[in-house]
Amino acid sequence: MFRKLLPNNLRSLGEQQLRLVQTVSKEAEKQPKKSKKLDPPKGYKPNCKTKFGPLDDCDRIFQNLYGRHDWRLQGACERGDWHRTGDLLEQGPEWIMEQVSKSGLRGRGGAGFYAGRKWDFLRKAKSEKVPKVVIVNCAEGEPGTCKDREILRHEPHKLIEGMLLVGVAMGCGRAIVYVRNRFYNEACNLHFALEEAYHHGLVGESACGSGIKFDVMVQRGDRYLCGEETAMINCLMGKLGRPRRRPPYLTEKGYFGHPCLVINAESIAVVPSILRRGSEWWAGLGSSYNTGTKLYCLSGQVNNPCTVEEEMSIPLKDLIERHAGGVKGGWDNLAAVFPGGLSTPLLDPPTAAEVLMDFDCLVAAGSGLGCGAVIVMSKDSDPLAVMLRSIQFFEKHTCKQCTYCRDGAIWLPEIFARFVKGQTHPHEIDWTLAIADKIRNSKPICGLAYSQVSVAESLVRLFGPQIEERILKYAKGS
Amino acid sequence: MQRLLRGVRSIHLAHLLRTGVHLDACEMRDKLKFEFSEDNRRRVTALLAWYPEPEWKGALLPLLDIAQRQQGWLSISAVHVVAETIKIDPMEAFEAAQFYTMFFMKPRGKYVVSVCTSTPCKLRGGDEIFEACKKTLNLEHGQTTPDMQFTLKEDYCMGACVNAPVLAINDDMYEDLDEKSLGDILADLRCDKLPPAGPRNGRFASEPKGGPTTLKSHPPPPGFMMQELPDPKTNKCQ
Repeated sequence: MFRKLLPNNLRSLGEQQLRLVQTVSKEAEKQPKKSKKLDPPKGYKPNCKTKFGPLDDCDRIFQNLYGRHDWRLQGACERGDWHRTGDLLEQGPEWIMEQVSKSGLRGRGGAGFYAGRKWDFLRKAKSEKVPKVVIVNCAEGEPGTCKDREILRHEPHKLIEGMLLVGVAMGCGRAIVYVRNRFYNEACNLHFALEEAYHHGLVGESACGSGIKFDVMVQRGDRYLCGEETAMINCLMGKLGRPRRRPPYLTEKGYFGHPCLVINAESIAVVPSILRRGSEWWAGLGSSYNTGTKLYCLSGQVNNPCTVEEEMSIPLKDLIERHAGGVKGGWDNLAAVFPGGLSTPLLDPPTAAEVLMDFDCLVAAGSGLGCGAVIVMSKDSDPLAVMLRSIQFFEKHTCKQCTYCRDGAIWLPEIFARFVKGQTHPHEIDWTLAIADKIRNSKPICGLAYSQVSVAESLVRLFGPQIEERILKYAKGS
Repeated sequence: MQRLLRGVRSIHLAHLLRTGVHLDACEMRDKLKFEFSEDNRRRVTALLAWYPEPEWKGALLPLLDIAQRQQGWLSISAVHVVAETIKIDPMEAFEAAQFYTMFFMKPRGKYVVSVCTSTPCKLRGGDEIFEACKKTLNLEHGQTTPDMQFTLKEDYCMGACVNAPVLAINDDMYEDLDEKSLGDILADLRCDKLPPAGPRNGRFASEPKGGPTTLKSHPPPPGFMMQELPDPKTNKCQ
């Protein structure tokens, strides 16, 4: 009886599903990529540099990056920290904000918002009864990045001075530094430096003799997700470290009801040098709209992995060959590169040979700068196993609040594990794209879901043929 | 009916024993009493002085950490004492203690060996280091040796990716490992001798292995390239 009800041209169930999945993936490709062009803050004038090469040593801000000099107060003062900070404070908060806006500093934590615009939100927030708080993000959970660790243990005084200047510019009387639990020894360095600063009257009751009261506190927490700003606020308040939804913005109601703002440690540590050397110097480094210097962490299969401070917009190939000794086995041995930590889409070798390391160029190439952590994958490693490990990272660290992120964190590792063995059907490649598309179009609370999407799509885009090869190999029984 | 209830209770107990979360029975709470030591009581008061009183809840994680360092792990009674100190609901404190991976709710070994198996470390041989640890200590992930000396854990990105592969023993990080240096470290720890922390292949921190390619010259003196500051009294900013 049922056979008569079925239409004659109905194909099998498997083929129906495949057609559905293919329509979804094709529609996803047709949607234009929405890219919001961020407006720079007023007062910023773009430059017309075209060649970005190695910096002179005197143009570098973090002189003690490798810990060869004394990190305590005496050594820091010899390198120029705390020089005439009282005079800088005397200029007033508007002058400090104007200098930061004119320099075109962009956030170093991954999003790349203009600091002038972002910090203005907190400055304009009214707070008669509740004092404002600056929260410094040294969480550094992203695989690939280890730049904040060097700032904490070798240059803590830059961080403290930066916190003071930034806090005063926004009208805050208090700063809290969030350090991840694994950096216990580095946090000890920061505590010691803070004690020295309090002892010499550089922060505290009357910071640098200017009459402004500024207090700094250090707190440690755990979990990758606590690097996200709302999750970090929850962690600092003693609750579970899960992100929360964003209208009540942090500048209205953040840490225990105080208006606050979460800023990356590197963005704060460069502010004293910008104020001392002038915003024209900073705006003269790097290309237009991507100014200044950046700490890059080169890791993965290179000959000499290291952390370097280089000019923004330096070509990626130049960076790897000059400072990391090149890819293991030569540039032709390169398989793929993560330009900004695990959450940024992969670059394939032709793009990697030409791209410049800055925010705009990488976004135009389909990726992002993130936190500047370059992870290099060469042809010696099994790419599918590496991508499986990458997606398992997100499986462990999702907070399981959003359905799509939680389910994606269960399905995607299973699918990837089957890809590694080859024990699967080519449909699953399309299913990966369909799942990734669904996750992207849901409205997750934080950006972990988008990171999963970028890892999944990178796998299919770059290593699709290899997956199919492996399926054939497994099917033949070899 | 009785048999059914007994069956249900045994399933519940079996589940508890499997997951390892032992809920303190009332008798055990008295046996495992926890009190802050003299030093720690001073630390707690000094810490709470930083927080205004309505915000004492923010001090939950630091206090739990102090309690854990005193006892080696966090028992239910310790969590209760911390909750009483900052006057919050003990259930909330327990929730937070279970959520964060820095707190151990079971007794752990003297040295917690955490191996990083994230992507940058895997690309440089982190998996082999983990296998070598498993073989030498004869443990799986999460287990403790019978003499309570070592606990093995597999951690995810310890923030030292440039010095991969990385191992962490309690709070110290041992970087740039290979099989031989790993063997040396574990042999030292078995005799309770703490090996020196840091990179093990000759470099000091995160400079390139062959010597730094940047920062070769002496740092510039203070006031280098300092701009002319406008006089704050006469020059009003726009």
